[in-house]
Amino acid sequence: MIEQQQSLWSFMSEQSDKLLNQTLQHVGLTFISLLLAIAIGLPLGVFIARKRKLSGGVLGLAGVLQTIPSIALLGFMIPFLGIGAKPAIVALLIYALLPIIRNTYTGIIGIDKHIIEAAKALGMSKTQILFRVELPLAMPVILAGIRTATVINVGVATLASYIAAGGLGEFIFGGISLNNTNMILAGAIPAALLAIILDFLLSLIQKLDFKKLRKVLYVFPVAILVLSGFYILSSAYGSVLTAGFTPEFMGRQDGDLGLKSVYGLKIHTIVISDAVMYKAAYAKELDVISGYSTDGRLKAFDLRILKDDKGIFPPYYAAPIVREIALKKFPDLENVLNLLAGKITDSIMTDLNYKTDYLHQTPERVAKDFLVKMGLYKESRNGNAGLIRIGSKIFGEQYVLAEMYSMLIKGNTDYNVTTKTGLGGTKICFDALMNDQIDFYPEYTGTGLLVLLQPDPKLSKEIAHDKDRTYDYVSSEFQKKFKIKWLKPIGFNNSYALMMRQKQSAKLHVNTITDLKNYLDKN
Amino acid sequence: MIKLQSVSKRFGNTKAVKNISFEVNNQENLVLLGTSGCGKTTTLKMINLLIQPGNGEILINDKDITSGNPEELRRGIGYVMQNIGLFPHYTVAENIAVVPNLLKWDKQKTNQRTSELIHKLHLPESCLKMFPHELSGGQQQRVGLARALVTDPPILLMDEPFGALDNVTRSSIQQEFKALEELKRKTIVMVTHDVLEAFELADRICLMDKGEIIQIGTPKDLLYNPINDFAKSFLDGQRLALEFKVIKLKDIWNHLPASESKADKKELNHELNIWDTLEILRSEVIAENFVSDGNGHFKTIDFAIVTEAFNQYRYTAHHD
Repeated sequence: MIEQQQSLWSFMSEQSDKLLNQTLQHVGLTFISLLLAIAIGLPLGVFIARKRKLSGGVLGLAGVLQTIPSIALLGFMIPFLGIGAKPAIVALLIYALLPIIRNTYTGIIGIDKHIIEAAKALGMSKTQILFRVELPLAMPVILAGIRTATVINVGVATLASYIAAGGLGEFIFGGISLNNTNMILAGAIPAALLAIILDFLLSLIQKLDFKKLRKVLYVFPVAILVLSGFYILSSAYGSVLTAGFTPEFMGRQDGDLGLKSVYGLKIHTIVISDAVMYKAAYAKELDVISGYSTDGRLKAFDLRILKDDKGIFPPYYAAPIVREIALKKFPDLENVLNLLAGKITDSIMTDLNYKTDYLHQTPERVAKDFLVKMGLYKESRNGNAGLIRIGSKIFGEQYVLAEMYSMLIKGNTDYNVTTKTGLGGTKICFDALMNDQIDFYPEYTGTGLLVLLQPDPKLSKEIAHDKDRTYDYVSSEFQKKFKIKWLKPIGFNNSYALMMRQKQSAKLHVNTITDLKNYLDKN
Repeated sequence: MIKLQSVSKRFGNTKAVKNISFEVNNQENLVLLGTSGCGKTTTLKMINLLIQPGNGEILINDKDITSGNPEELRRGIGYVMQNIGLFPHYTVAENIAVVPNLLKWDKQKTNQRTSELIHKLHLPESCLKMFPHELSGGQQQRVGLARALVTDPPILLMDEPFGALDNVTRSSIQQEFKALEELKRKTIVMVTHDVLEAFELADRICLMDKGEIIQIGTPKDLLYNPINDFAKSFLDGQRLALEFKVIKLKDIWNHLPASESKADKKELNHELNIWDTLEILRSEVIAENFVSDGNGHFKTIDFAIVTEAFNQYRYTAHHD
């Protein structure tokens, strides 16, 4: 435990620049969106308090917007707002809107009607009543709404890193992808502290009496404006081209770190989620992205892979990894899973991915079509000799593989199958396997080596580029360390790759990563 | 001063006020009396356009009130309400200064007028910096009155002004209210459902029922010349108490026996009502006092004499 804390502390001090930057971005994002939410929500709340008939509709709509999953909302906005701060701010704004509108409305309609009548009878105009009576009296309730919105925003702002808007989510999601607990905590602890501190400060303001509240209300907007400004402070430098890398790629030796040390690549980089990265490249928001070599979207979005001429991306051959206990419990399992060994090449996998990711065919259909074509498909025997649990990570290729394995098991054995697909990143999937939540899932040799085993850098450098040595190493180490067996590779190599749009790559004559580096250095 | 001509008001399908007309004279105190739902409050609120009149005309100083800006109209009319309606986020001083601020008075003038009123209404100077919730109900109502009076408007509208107070506080504030010089110069329209309060404070009473005026007249008119059974039965049950309050020494002058000497006796004002006279005679050390008719004639009175004369007056009044 002490060791863990010390290394967290050293991680945070090593990364203090990044940490400060991300915290500033986080605070900035939270407050810019809060400011806009107040600017829109407060007048809207006042408006529906005047026209009560509209209140149901407006509050209902704001409520519906609130229920849209954050990631989906961010995805929806890319075609309109691109990536970066704009869609993140709009998404946060949408989440902050409901508490502010609702509390402004509730605060105003909750005022004793005799007080409003008195104000009217004394000769105040509607505007005077609003600013001198209604808003001051509703202020404690409105502040409660702003407080709720702030805490929500601090939480949701962690997702801003998915669309390259920065914030503490960069550490959190990078850490999850990289199986790096310290990195997760370095993002999660400051985010939680931020929420607690802001909540506490706002609770103090809320408890003030009218006299003190009046003074604070002059300071409050200024404070929000200043905090919003943090975001601008933290904005990064620019370059001719913009790269978008996943949080996982950012922290890997065979990713951004390798690009810097081996190629000396200097490019303006933003952190973005895999889910929106390809779309953003297609929409010319990004010029260079870190993709996967078998990704179907490569074909769909007309992208090309830049040749890794200095060989920093190790091979990633996919193979099912199975708990040894499960192999003993289900003796037929190994042979069935090996039916797929060597059957899927890079181009087949790209094509299958294209069908799911771009043609939107269900993974089930894609899997079945393929198995039928290969003559491997058999009708389900509907057996119940035992239940096998299949896991998969949260991207199309893994879904398809999980479906194929499910059909093969049902068709060739008397076992029954349940699939637990969409298990976040490598860490979540592997933890599920280790903790007996699933029996096997498809993993990649490179990931097994560099993310899960993390041997000393010298060794990994030496073996990472050799397909067979990597496979042999992970097989024996997993057996020793985790009691997990690597079955035979499926055939394709889904390695990391840098990609550009076909047209841009042709226009700039950039075909390899070295070409890219030279182009950037010249411009 | 204030004139209503065939004024009606309906809310949806309910006729709240049906074609009523009356006039309030300068410096008169007219009380709108009736049970809940009789239309008295609606009538009052139409005078400062808190409720927009339906049909008919309301004139103040011969000017149609709907012809000008309603906010300016309201700034010129004092308004006191049952729920007091003080602003909880303003101090007492700020509450009183609302209308002066709307009229852009300078600070010194407002402060001067505020402390003058505070003094007249028997409020401590220290309360100016307090918030309304820190005051007692009676003090709050006085602040409400001060807020209505601060700009010395010629007209005052009062909606059940003492309704939220307990009995003891209410009667003491009513007494102060009657005694306040400032209010004697005002034209007042007051709404109440309390018959005793109406008889105590009104110059004239406008008795209303179901949106219509049943009878307008002085308290004495209502007591002794009720226009119909409703007007008559409305006062039943409190009739004797009302008579004590309404009849004054000068009314029973003719029934008092002729005078004797007036050495070392105290003069009572002939404007005193019978109730107050008997209170004095009951508690004074000297059981006998004298009363003057204002023309140099005196009569000696004591508790028994006044009671006897009052009974004779009632008998004749009822049989007029």
